[in-house]
Amino acid sequence: MDQKIRVLVAKSGLDGHDRGAKVVAATFRDAGFEVIYTGLRQTPEMIVNAAIQEDVNVIAVSLLSGAHMTIFPKILKLIKENGMDDVLITGGGIMSDDDIIELMDMGVGRLFGPGASLTEAVEYVKDWYKKTMNSG
Amino acid sequence: MDKKKWTERIKVAKTREAEFITASGEPVELLGTPEMLNDFDYDRDLGMPGEYPYTRGVHDNMYRGRLWTMRQFAGFGTPEDTNQRFKYLLEKGQTGLSVAFDLPTLMGRDADDPMSEGEVGVCGVAISSLKDFETLFEGIPMGQVSTSMTINSPAMILLAFYIAVAEKQGVPIDKLRGTIQNDILKEYIAQKEYIYPPEPSMRIIVDMIEYCTEKMSAWNTISISGYHIREAGSTAAQELAFTLADGFAYIEAALERGLDIDAFAPRLSYFFNAHNDFFEEIAKLRAARRIYAKRMRNKYGAKKERSWILRFHTQTAGCTLAAQQPENNIVRVAYQALAGVLGGTQSLHTNSMDETLALPSEKAVKIALRTQQILAYETGIPHTIDPFAGSYFMEDLTDKMEDRAEEYFKKIEDLGGVIPGIEKGFFQKEIGRAAYQYQNEIERKARIIVGVNDFKDKDEKIEIPLLQISKEVEVNQKAALKKLKKERDNRKVEQKLSELKNAAKNEINLMPVLVDCAKEYATLGEMINTLKDVFGEYVEPAEF
Repeated sequence: MDQKIRVLVAKSGLDGHDRGAKVVAATFRDAGFEVIYTGLRQTPEMIVNAAIQEDVNVIAVSLLSGAHMTIFPKILKLIKENGMDDVLITGGGIMSDDDIIELMDMGVGRLFGPGASLTEAVEYVKDWYKKTMNSG
Repeated sequence: MDKKKWTERIKVAKTREAEFITASGEPVELLGTPEMLNDFDYDRDLGMPGEYPYTRGVHDNMYRGRLWTMRQFAGFGTPEDTNQRFKYLLEKGQTGLSVAFDLPTLMGRDADDPMSEGEVGVCGVAISSLKDFETLFEGIPMGQVSTSMTINSPAMILLAFYIAVAEKQGVPIDKLRGTIQNDILKEYIAQKEYIYPPEPSMRIIVDMIEYCTEKMSAWNTISISGYHIREAGSTAAQELAFTLADGFAYIEAALERGLDIDAFAPRLSYFFNAHNDFFEEIAKLRAARRIYAKRMRNKYGAKKERSWILRFHTQTAGCTLAAQQPENNIVRVAYQALAGVLGGTQSLHTNSMDETLALPSEKAVKIALRTQQILAYETGIPHTIDPFAGSYFMEDLTDKMEDRAEEYFKKIEDLGGVIPGIEKGFFQKEIGRAAYQYQNEIERKARIIVGVNDFKDKDEKIEIPLLQISKEVEVNQKAALKKLKKERDNRKVEQKLSELKNAAKNEINLMPVLVDCAKEYATLGEMINTLKDVFGEYVEPAEF
């Protein structure tokens, strides 16, 4: 695996709380990933466009505002429309267990809540990448 | 005393950790000893309570005269929902109101704005026009309660709503008591709910200060906030320094307008975080009062004692709450509240145990309020003022806090002030680094968070009833807005909005025309967008 894993860290919706997104972005960078951070208040369209432009493997969305049931489905829809089947949609924020199950059923990857371990998040992305590369 | 011998002994003593640090990552003294007070001068460094430099507290007899105000932040769903919660809290003995707005409102967007989708009424109450505000305060006597409103970029519009509703209740506006957060600088630095670029934002704030100084003498015009800076991951010293630097920037802007410092400074208030590190937090609050008094008197030449006094609200640290074993948060909050009270706070919000997951349920809010009541009425703590004063350790720590803040003031000055510092990303980077370091300490278990990275429960399932916001809120708010736009006099609305634009372009104070716009039921979004046409929008560089 010589190629670096490319990750888009995105903040969506009106929420400006970027502590988590920035800590995750810095952690991914230190783990050797190529990280692109979108900055604040990105619409699902802007996020998917950035993902296409930057040719990323992973989109990691930070959402603390409660709008996750609106934003994740929109991102998934756009991903499908653009034929980006090999891109992982993951993320973190404040989401109830029921919402997480529903989103995972729709095709979102693992979602990390408060208190989640950064090491686990890094391992999760690496494992996913390895599996996807092998099957691809 | 033989400190030398003791120092030798502790060099070889067994210790649990290689180093002991505060919640801010600062090394901490093992023991306070008399030489720490070698330069100590009681009158110069502490003074009596209610006396310069106010290190011990801002009132002569502190909590024996009046307890701190117990003020729980509340707001969710529709204005009707929040109105009910307010009435519930007042009935349970709360002494002031504190309004939480939803994200669309905080960003100056109406419920029917496309960017508002999925966020209406979720993080706070949804307010799009005066109509919503009338419902919010229905049956609440605005002449008697004091109200705190946590709103920044659109603060001037929410204040216009408050004034308009009070007029309808027949309350003269000079009788209105309360606080509006209105602290835009910390938005660029930490919370990121900005709309306009810094310069016009500062002009709006000075407009409000000017208006309130003249007409609303019991209203706190800005609540200069360290809370969000700390929540974004800063250290205690950064919170202290950046908050006070923001305060001084507002003061300098108002002085530039030609306002009299002793007319407006007494209505500036502050807002700090009470984090986990007990002693560090108390020292931070003591140092804050001392630094402020000195600068206000010596640098800005304020003559009135009221201008030298740093009055503040405290909230326990939301970022320290854990989703795991959430009942433990009750204990965290109690210790943090204790630090706030020992630090001499004027009002206090205690977080509810379930707030990492959702807005608090009624039961969780009640426990949080009861935590303050137990502290106030059962522990005996409020009977004695500033009991740590004179402690070698505490005075040394307070001095260190002051020194660290002065170092930051110097750095900010070298950058050209707070706004250039923001534009260069100085504050954002400092805070980002501290947040990353803190998280890494948790990852490495150099910092233990009970129930999160140690003392975990296997297969934990969270069994706290969570407050759910119905999707109907958004539907109802949109429908109400549609109806409003049909029923109001749209010709008058347009006329008032064009007067607003004119005032913005011609440096005319915006407050009176905003009150007029509010009364004609111009919406929040309409007013914000009118001003966007003149002021433009701020975009932050995406750095991490």
